[in-house]
Order: sequence, then C-alpha cells, then structure tokens
Amino acid sequence: MMGSPLRIGVLAVQGDFREHAAMLRRLGAEVVEVRTPEQLEDVDGLVVPGGESTAIMRLIRLYGLDTALRRLHGAVFGTCAGMIVLDRDHLGMADIVVDRNAYGRQVASFEAELELDGQSEPLRGVFIRAPIVRERGPDVEVLAELDGEPVLLRDGRVLVASFHPELTDDTRVHELFLDLVRERERVRA
Amino acid sequence: MAEVATLRVKTGLAEMLKGGVIMDVTNAEQAKIAEDAGAVSVMALERVPADIRAEGGVARMADPQRIKEIQETVTIPVMAKCRIGHFVEAQILEALEVDYIDESEVLTPADVEHHVDKWQFKVPFVCGAINLGEALRRIAEGAAMIRTKGEAGTGDIVNAVTHMRAVFGGIRRLQSLPPEELYAEAKNLRAPYDLVRWVAEQGRLPVVTFTAGGIATPADAALCMQLGADGVFVGSGIFKSGDPELRAKAIVEATTHFRDADILARVSAGLGEPMVGISAAELRPEELLETRGW
Repeated sequence: MMGSPLRIGVLAVQGDFREHAAMLRRLGAEVVEVRTPEQLEDVDGLVVPGGESTAIMRLIRLYGLDTALRRLHGAVFGTCAGMIVLDRDHLGMADIVVDRNAYGRQVASFEAELELDGQSEPLRGVFIRAPIVRERGPDVEVLAELDGEPVLLRDGRVLVASFHPELTDDTRVHELFLDLVRERERVRA
Repeated sequence: MAEVATLRVKTGLAEMLKGGVIMDVTNAEQAKIAEDAGAVSVMALERVPADIRAEGGVARMADPQRIKEIQETVTIPVMAKCRIGHFVEAQILEALEVDYIDESEVLTPADVEHHVDKWQFKVPFVCGAINLGEALRRIAEGAAMIRTKGEAGTGDIVNAVTHMRAVFGGIRRLQSLPPEELYAEAKNLRAPYDLVRWVAEQGRLPVVTFTAGGIATPADAALCMQLGADGVFVGSGIFKSGDPELRAKAIVEATTHFRDADILARVSAGLGEPMVGISAAELRPEELLETRGW
C-alpha cells in the first residue's frame, strides 16, 4: 500500500489536539479525531495530546477508551499530559513513571533549546507546567535531554515528550513519530 | 538558556485547556468537586456571579488564604480574578503564583478608563470581550486568552451567543475586506492595525477563545462549542444548581462530545434542578456586567 497516507488518530477528548492534527496533516497524514473507542478502528498510529491529564484520564475511562487504547498495535506518541497518561501509573503503555507539574506552577513554564539525538540543529522545547520522568525501564531510550533530565523518550513503539513540539513550526518530532508508525506497520506486515 | 513568560508560554497554557471546562469555585471543597468532575482548571473567587448580583456591594479579589487552600487541594491550574484596572490585586495574585489571572468585569471595576498593562506580568491573563474590537484591545494590552463575556450570574445563554457571534462574525467580516480597507476598519474597531491585519490574514484570534457568562446546562456548553468556542467557563451554573457534582460531570462530557446528540441527550437527563436564573433581557442597563470594559 505504498503511497496511501497514514491514518493517524488524535485523542480529542480534551487538550491541544487541533495543533497535533494540523502538524500531522502538514506531513501528509490523514487525521481522525478520537473521542470514542469505535473511532480507533483502522488507525495506524495515535497521538495523545497535551491538556489536563486528570480531565483526559477521566474521559478516557468513562468511554472505555483505556481498554481500546491498550489494544492498539500501532505506534503511539504522547506529549506532556499525553506522556503522563501513557506512563506506568496510568495506561501503562510506556515503561516510565512521571511526576506531574514537576517544574512548578505556570510562572515556571519556559522555552529552551534542546539537542535532538543525532541532529546538529537545536529543537525549541516549550514546557508548560511540564512533567519530569522519575523512573524509566531498561529498554527506554532517551532521545533528548534538558539539564540532565530526559524530555524525549522512546519505549519501543511509544514515543513520549514532556514538551510541546505541536506548539512550534518544527515538524521533526512528528516526523520521527511517523517514521515509528511506518516501522511498526512494516513489522506487522 | 530557559526563557520564562514568553508569549508562547503564556498562550501555551490556554492551548492545553482547550476542549475543557473551567469552573468557578469559592473554596477548597468546591475545587475538589470540580477537579473530580473533570474540570481543566478552577477559577477562585470570593462569591459566584449570581451571589454578587443578588447581594450587591463591591466585588473584589478573593482572600489570598482561600486561594492558597484551593492551590493546596487541587493539581489542576488555579485561576483567580482581579478587578478591571486593579494592577495591585494582579501583583498579589502573581505573588501567589496563580496560573492565570482573569481581569474580570464580574468584579467591580477599579479603573473606568484603563485596563491592567498585562505585559508587565509573568502570569498570563484572560480577559472578557463582547466583540472583536474589545478582544483585540485586550490582546494589545497583553491578554494571552480571551473569553466572550456573556452575562455572568444569569444562567441565561443569550448574551454569550450574541458575543460569540460578534467576535467570530467580526473575524469572518475582516477576512472579506480588501487590504486597503483594513486601516479604516482598525479605527472602527478601536484596535491596533497590526492585530487587525493579522486576524484578517489568519482568520482567527491570535489567542485561545473561551466562552463565559450564562452557561447552565450541558446543552448550553455544547452550543458554545458548536458556535466555535475553544472551551467554556461555568460560573454560577454549577454550584447554584441542585446537584453540582452531577451537573459538573455532565457539562464536562457535553464539552468533549459537543457534536454527538445521543451523548448530549444522555448526559442532560436527570440532572436535578438547574440554577434558577434570571432573563438577561429583564436586567436594567446598570445591572449589566457585560458593559464593563473599555
């Protein structure tokens, strides 16, 4: 099926899902907003956006999306609240434990240049009441750090970022995710 | 080097609240109910708008002690209101590290000509607007989020609808104008030309736009979302109703599933008494809060 666009679900129960959708469309993907389990059928990959993790988690459970999400085979990408939702204490899809609001309240939110693994051009990281990864399993790869803290990580088919690449014009992290989706598709084929 | 309080960081928090419900609370107990119901943020205030309306008197910033108790109780962002133009209340709220300051017409204005110079603050501001010009004036002053005002404390959605149609319709109108007419239009709107041109080109406000004022039911929330709001503020509508917990949950679900009439029908059922409400059309001009803001 070369040439047919990837079909990416964006969890749209709450948060900045439109920004993710816009970026994925720019990269040629077909986007499906996901609010109920049926909408997860036939997606090649899924994004869990930034938002408020307590609100997102509640709406996930209420509509049975937790079970449906765990059954997904494709690659998954979570940013900020999305990273929290995917951790061991929530959906358990990434082998990490995350502390919420670890940098403090909104006055401590910030932007910083990040070094992306294997790339010379720095990446602008926008951190909004951001979480910090407290623990990670042995198979979790760190793809970017800030002051010694991992901020972009990969655990197999799951990519997580504690910042918001969707709030910038830099598409590199989303490209990385789409590469992961394609890789996963090939493994399954 | 890390940079704090950039415009992107200030507007960024509002981006994260989209598709969500921000609930007015007056104490820690209500804040907990709001968080458990799925609110994305709580707004700390001394009295909900319906009580301000009923009791009269001067409405001011909430007691810092109350705000701290709320901050210690919930993990979601905590917003608080200051009076229009009362930059010292804003300084106090910044010292308390609230996550957003609402320079609000619901409180009694402290300045009848000037709003707070919001660029001077690290904490982002949300401000009310009844039309596009007012929204752009607030953004020019540094607001990082806009909410259409509606008529707070009434439980009547009509003014919220009017204001959303004015803002979103105003944007559509700008998009239809040839470039040379934007200069005069900026004068009509009493808004900076650069912002007017940006909106004409992009077809949206440069900041997230929520709706407030009069939302009392799940259907009201979904109506606002279908009209183009990024999310909703619910004030008196929750804690002045018969069963705040149940209603809060239903409004959250309605805001997410705002286009799904089956879900809306289900969550609207059996919620008990809504807030009694007053018809906004019956208010005398001096009773209207929406006219506060310059």
